[in-house]
Amino acid sequence: MNIIELKNITYKYSVGTPFEAVAVDNVTLTVEKGEFCGIIGHTGSGKSTLIQHLNGLVKPTLGEVYIDGQNIWSKDTDIREIRFKAGLVFQYSEHQLFEESVYKDIAYGPKNMGLSEEETDKRVHYAAQSMGIGDELLERSPFDLSGGQKRRVALAGVIAMEPEILILDEPAAGLDPIGRESVLSRISDYHKKNGTTILLVSHSMEDIVKYAEKVLVMNKGKVFCHAPTDEVFARQDEIVGIGLDVPQITKVTMKLKEKGIDLGSDIYTVERAKERILQYKAKGSIC
Amino acid sequence: MSDIIKAENVIFEYPVLDDEGKEIARNRVLDDVSLSIPEGQFLAVLGHNGSGKSTLAKHFNGILLPESGKVTVDGIDTADEKRIYDIRQTVGMVFQNPDNQIVATIVEEDVAFALENLGVPPDEIRKRVDEALKTVDMYEYREHSPHQLSGGQKQRVAIAGIIAMRPRCIVLDEPTAMLDPKGRKEIMKTVKYLNREHGITAVLITHYMEEAAQADRVVVIDKGKILLDDVPKKIFSQVELLKSVGLDVPQTVELMYGLRKSGLDVPIDLLSEDECADYLFEMLSAGENGK
Amino acid sequence: MLKDITIGQFFPGNSLIHRLDSRFKIIMDIAYVVMLFLTSNYIGLAAAGLFMILIYVMSGVGLGLVFKSLRPIMPLIAITCILNLFFIKGDGEPLVNLWGFITIYTEGITTSVFMAVRIMFLIIGMSLLTYTTSPIALTDAIERLLSPLKKLHFPVHELAMMMTIALRFIPTLIEETDKIMAAQKARGANLDTGGLIKKAKALIPVLIPLFVSAFKRANELALAMECRCYRGGEGRTRMKQLHSGAKDYIALLIMALMIAELVLLNIYVPYLGIPYITP
Repeated sequence: MNIIELKNITYKYSVGTPFEAVAVDNVTLTVEKGEFCGIIGHTGSGKSTLIQHLNGLVKPTLGEVYIDGQNIWSKDTDIREIRFKAGLVFQYSEHQLFEESVYKDIAYGPKNMGLSEEETDKRVHYAAQSMGIGDELLERSPFDLSGGQKRRVALAGVIAMEPEILILDEPAAGLDPIGRESVLSRISDYHKKNGTTILLVSHSMEDIVKYAEKVLVMNKGKVFCHAPTDEVFARQDEIVGIGLDVPQITKVTMKLKEKGIDLGSDIYTVERAKERILQYKAKGSIC
Repeated sequence: MSDIIKAENVIFEYPVLDDEGKEIARNRVLDDVSLSIPEGQFLAVLGHNGSGKSTLAKHFNGILLPESGKVTVDGIDTADEKRIYDIRQTVGMVFQNPDNQIVATIVEEDVAFALENLGVPPDEIRKRVDEALKTVDMYEYREHSPHQLSGGQKQRVAIAGIIAMRPRCIVLDEPTAMLDPKGRKEIMKTVKYLNREHGITAVLITHYMEEAAQADRVVVIDKGKILLDDVPKKIFSQVELLKSVGLDVPQTVELMYGLRKSGLDVPIDLLSEDECADYLFEMLSAGENGK
Repeated sequence: MLKDITIGQFFPGNSLIHRLDSRFKIIMDIAYVVMLFLTSNYIGLAAAGLFMILIYVMSGVGLGLVFKSLRPIMPLIAITCILNLFFIKGDGEPLVNLWGFITIYTEGITTSVFMAVRIMFLIIGMSLLTYTTSPIALTDAIERLLSPLKKLHFPVHELAMMMTIALRFIPTLIEETDKIMAAQKARGANLDTGGLIKKAKALIPVLIPLFVSAFKRANELALAMECRCYRGGEGRTRMKQLHSGAKDYIALLIMALMIAELVLLNIYVPYLGIPYITP
């Protein structure tokens, strides 16, 4: 079943001024329920604008957006309902924290949904736990926490709304390797446990290949491709061609291929590269 | 060569206060750190968040003073208040968030800021501003407003604002943490250019191992102590140790490490993809010939 | 939204108006305001308007933008019009008389039109100063015009520095406000509907993060300024020196002639008999 359906979405900004420009250009896209989709593209490729269409923060200039089969801009849709269904976490999300305690901040979303005390309490605890926020932190001020903890509190604040789709704009930006891992692996675990559809925007190819099942590549406001990770990275030459990075290990195998040793064009993890090298060494080829 | 920065047994701590403001403990951020940075070196200080690396950087131009121990810049003690402007002119500092270090509304005006503070004559300011902007490749944007620029461009303006003072050393405190891959590349290119072509000592504070790998020397900091201090190749060969303190190694190193674990006798310290591909090519084509 | 406000924006250019010394421009801007308030008849107002349009044409700033800049002050103009329309009593019979106490006289209509046009000319004319002068030149000029006050220990340099930093961070903070609003809307915040108190309450989740971030920025900026040897105005030099030349004095002379002309018009052109009320 398709949880997200975009039909010919175009978004122009500053219409009617000399600065008019197209951010999203006739995008048609479907995302299946339960998919973990990585989104990559340059700064300015339209990916940030695209994801803001999914919860109605941005209204397309042309085209239709369906979330869970519902046209979000039809007259009888309450846009706030859509925002609870498609939870969006912005880049540097810790900047949205404002309450006096971690607990209250995480409860802000559920409260806006009009949930009961009891249900809110249950959700706050579950969301905090999913993001590795221990009970001892719940009564602390969010401003006293470390950078990585703040980030996870902000994520928990959206997760507590229990959205069917979780859209994350660079949730690990600026964090060190431990911080990255502790955010991304928790998102991945949450996805596995609850089957939530996840859209993850990232500049780090290493992170995308590690967690995403499918990858959406945006280029100049258009969908360059949207396919399983294997298929997308098999087109590594084209990806490099539009100026995007590939994992370092892929660069190594691409260089080897130029030199005449073909280990296959589907290598984007160290593990797979190692297997292929051992195989090649034993048999003189990968076949 | 002489040392431009020298830290001797630096200890820095701050008090932990309880709710009533009473001191209940002291948190030691730097624990007996000694480090000498020779003039002209490109040094990377690698460590995870909270390791003390930024605190150390702030000792290099007298923003922070050590609790005990001593830091000297070109022989001047950073605790010498009378010479603080000499110190800050010798060691320039660039910070993480480019937005929060640009003062003026026009690029060239911002680059001129430090020189105006120092009372340099107007004609000389103009000359040095143009020079600094050309060095970081931002000359054509000199009349732009900072908010029209990308993150990488803003950070290069910030660097120009520092090098206009003609410092002998530039300390960059996680200058790429908030940038996209393109911006990160621009900054690394600029830093290397300043170091190689202008002989400016560069101290890069970072948690990105791929950036540290490009330096002449890497110092790994953990829990306020220097854990490792060596050339990048030696540092990144210590895969287990680095991972135990929450740092990454390049994928090439990880691959070679994995191959070695599988019983192949291969070197680990191949940091760039070129080096790694060359080695693998030799190894695999030799294997073919052997058949 | 927030981005549409053009008052206070700067449109770079290289026209004669752009190149005038900013100190002279400030003085002439003040003179223009005085001139508008001296005018008490339509002929004078028309002359001032023509003068303004002429300068706009010379500056190359599009007039379309000008009308956009008027939008935020439309309510003020409307209030002024209504007040004058209903409260000005004329000599003759009222044009409209509703239940005996709501009356409109011819004089009311002429005065409210006069006032509306005057306020519009005021805003449009004053905006030209910021449209054609870079914020930095503007603060520079203010610093220099006020510099005699330094002797009285008035913190002139600090004031100018504060203005520069404020101008530098306005776009950053506007962008940040938009982002935080979007983030809270994504958590179901209702920022658009409800009464005044409800709306104010709904803004707390926007204002607190904004303040937290502004203080953090201030802290970091202060540190970066210290690293660049900032130590107040003492001994500071400037890269760009303000130079006044013949063109500036000629412009000032033209302005003086305009004022003289309007004063003469006031004296010799029959008085149009327009009392007025300002809000």
